[in-house]
Amino acid sequence: MGEKLLMKGNEVIAEAAIRAGCRHYFGYPITPQTELMHYMAKKMPKVGGVFLQAESEVSAINMVYGAASTGKRVLTSSSSPGISLKQEGISYASGAQLPAVIVNIMRGGPGLGGIQPSQSDYFQATKGGGHGDYHMIVLAPSSVQELYELTVDAFNLADKYRILTMILGDGILGQMMEVVNFRDEEKIETYDKSWAANGHKNEREHNTITSIHIDPAVLEQWNIGYQKKYQLITESEQRYELYNCDDAEIILVAYGSVARICKGAIKEAAAQGIKLGLIRPITLWPFPVKGIEKIIDIPKAFLTVEMSSGQMLEDVRLAVDGRKPVYFTGRMGGMIPTVKNIMDKVMEIKERHS
Amino acid sequence: MAVVFRPPHALCDVPMHYCPGCTHGIAHRLVAEAIDELGIEGSTVGVSPVGCAYNNYLYFNCDMVQAAHGRAPAVATGIKRSLPDHAVFTYQGDGDLAAIGTAEIVHAAARGENITVIFINNTIYGMTSGQMAPTTLLGQVTTTTPLGRDPKVNGYPIRVCEMLATLQGPVYIERVSLHDIKHIRKAKEAVKKAFKVQLAGKGFSLVEILSTCPTNWGLTPIEALKRIENEMIPHYPLGVFAGADLEV
Amino acid sequence: MSLHEIIIAGFGGQGILSGGRLIAYAGMLEDKNVSFFPSYGPEMRGGTANCMVVVSDSDIASPVLNSCSALIVMNNPSIEKFESWLKPGGILITDSSMVTKKTSRTDIKVFEIPATQLASEIGNKTYSIVYLLGKLIKETGCAKAESFEKALYSVLSQKKHYMIPEEMEVLRVGMDY
Repeated sequence: MGEKLLMKGNEVIAEAAIRAGCRHYFGYPITPQTELMHYMAKKMPKVGGVFLQAESEVSAINMVYGAASTGKRVLTSSSSPGISLKQEGISYASGAQLPAVIVNIMRGGPGLGGIQPSQSDYFQATKGGGHGDYHMIVLAPSSVQELYELTVDAFNLADKYRILTMILGDGILGQMMEVVNFRDEEKIETYDKSWAANGHKNEREHNTITSIHIDPAVLEQWNIGYQKKYQLITESEQRYELYNCDDAEIILVAYGSVARICKGAIKEAAAQGIKLGLIRPITLWPFPVKGIEKIIDIPKAFLTVEMSSGQMLEDVRLAVDGRKPVYFTGRMGGMIPTVKNIMDKVMEIKERHS
Repeated sequence: MAVVFRPPHALCDVPMHYCPGCTHGIAHRLVAEAIDELGIEGSTVGVSPVGCAYNNYLYFNCDMVQAAHGRAPAVATGIKRSLPDHAVFTYQGDGDLAAIGTAEIVHAAARGENITVIFINNTIYGMTSGQMAPTTLLGQVTTTTPLGRDPKVNGYPIRVCEMLATLQGPVYIERVSLHDIKHIRKAKEAVKKAFKVQLAGKGFSLVEILSTCPTNWGLTPIEALKRIENEMIPHYPLGVFAGADLEV
Repeated sequence: MSLHEIIIAGFGGQGILSGGRLIAYAGMLEDKNVSFFPSYGPEMRGGTANCMVVVSDSDIASPVLNSCSALIVMNNPSIEKFESWLKPGGILITDSSMVTKKTSRTDIKVFEIPATQLASEIGNKTYSIVYLLGKLIKETGCAKAESFEKALYSVLSQKKHYMIPEEMEVLRVGMDY
């Protein structure tokens, strides 16, 4: 039997990271993820780990770059404006193929924006906010329990593929408390790290960690290598949840905390005799095209719901590929979609397709 | 047959890309000799900058990590906190350390991060072809100050050693020069001392090395060495700015 | 099936958030699904604070509420903001020593307890929320008093455990007020 606790989302991520063998955390304060830092500051010294408050997000991600270069499991966390500052380091670490985990507890933007929950960093996370042809694996938990499980998975995936993995949450998930069941023991997968710059001990050639390859022909070969890796991940790591999809008239597409609100709408619709389903992407990159494929014939239409102006919407449309209409409803700036918002849109779509 | 001269083991036997007359080669050699003499090549991780020395990860025989522009002290911090029993050094130019990387160097120094920083000051951006650096002297002509650096427009050159020495974190800061044999020897001692300070667990050490850039200065290698002596040292005086009485 | 959607609102420092957490904790101890979502950011600092607590037999869809079945308010701005959120038949509990405004709703049950005054009389203002929580658990059945007591033992640090018997007494006074 594991341990059952009532915990805040931000704290659960920190605890999960420690359980996954992460002993290095570098970060800079920003709302609404600060409890994660506070937890690390308290807990890391107790487990012989390193907690360091950096002078900026830019420095924090570069400290991550340094620690990851030595082969250590390392975490940084921030919220939207801070994640923008990390983009340089994210691109470099992607070029150098360093494994690390980055948490973004999204808030409303653009600019300093607000501090309330948002999902408007989807493009930045999945399409690459930094320069160059790269991807991170992007995981989208929708409960505190899943924050725990996906944080552990994030470290394993990062090491397995030598890739950055991002936990993309929002202010609701970071701030809310829910029951979490911790496993007695984590399955920490270990992968070859003979590439690490951790001192050659006069036993091997020197290792170099770099993202620069001045010769374009050489750089192209590296890029071809990255793309092969991304292809492999796209084939093997798509994750999604299907909920109530059998004979649904309209299938909602939503991730993270918004998917939970959609489940509320599905209940409400059922009470009115309307059959709604939900596909909840758990990996945002790779986007679960396979999940869409599985249900493509079922509904009359898809309805994407986001706390943004419609970012994931583009990936849904690419996956649906014109075979069914794809609609959108969302709120922005830290406003949270309500069951009513969703139901209003559902009624509008029903009308159009009756 | 007695061997009287050999390249340091900590330098790889590969051609370097530096221009003729550039003192980067000498600075690399001093770092490598210090690593050899201290016997730490297997337990050292170096951090390469962005600038002319961007690919010196190919030249040093210890494990090397290439960093983004100016971020080397943050990267080195991440490495050192992961490998506290290893020697960690950064090798940075004046654009990297004193312009885009100002926050990183100041805070690494303020934390007393137990790393060694080798800081190359040649008063110019070499890699991107001769632009003004934060260390460019007043009146100095560069590609972005074609009429000479004007303090009304561009402000004043930064004295990094003096600035960092105001902090409590650093334990050893010295400025040296490579303009003649005598000074190269002194520079060697300073570099080695900086590593010894780190190995003794004392804290942050930085050696600023006054260097040449004949290509972008438009001078011959010999004229360039003279410029260090006649123009740079008057503005950047040599000496120990922190840890003068430090014994290691 | 039982579903309790509870909002607790007032000034920062009135124990709004810790009160909400205790209810969620007590619900967890009864093996119910629970969620707790606090207001966060600058509004915490001396301004208004609120939290949303859901206690349910089935999976909780959203921890963020747009309406509620029970509402505790501890100042006037909170009753103004949230009274319209109460569903018909819902339960409104006010700290009547702080809330002078009367609700205009006639389709809800209203309970007024001068909690801050009662707490001052026994010399510990931090207990004011506990009177209101007592009424909440009595009227809604969202948690049992025993679970609340167990929650206190789990949440409070050892050195505050001596306060728990008194706190439970306050809870019972609130239940029967």
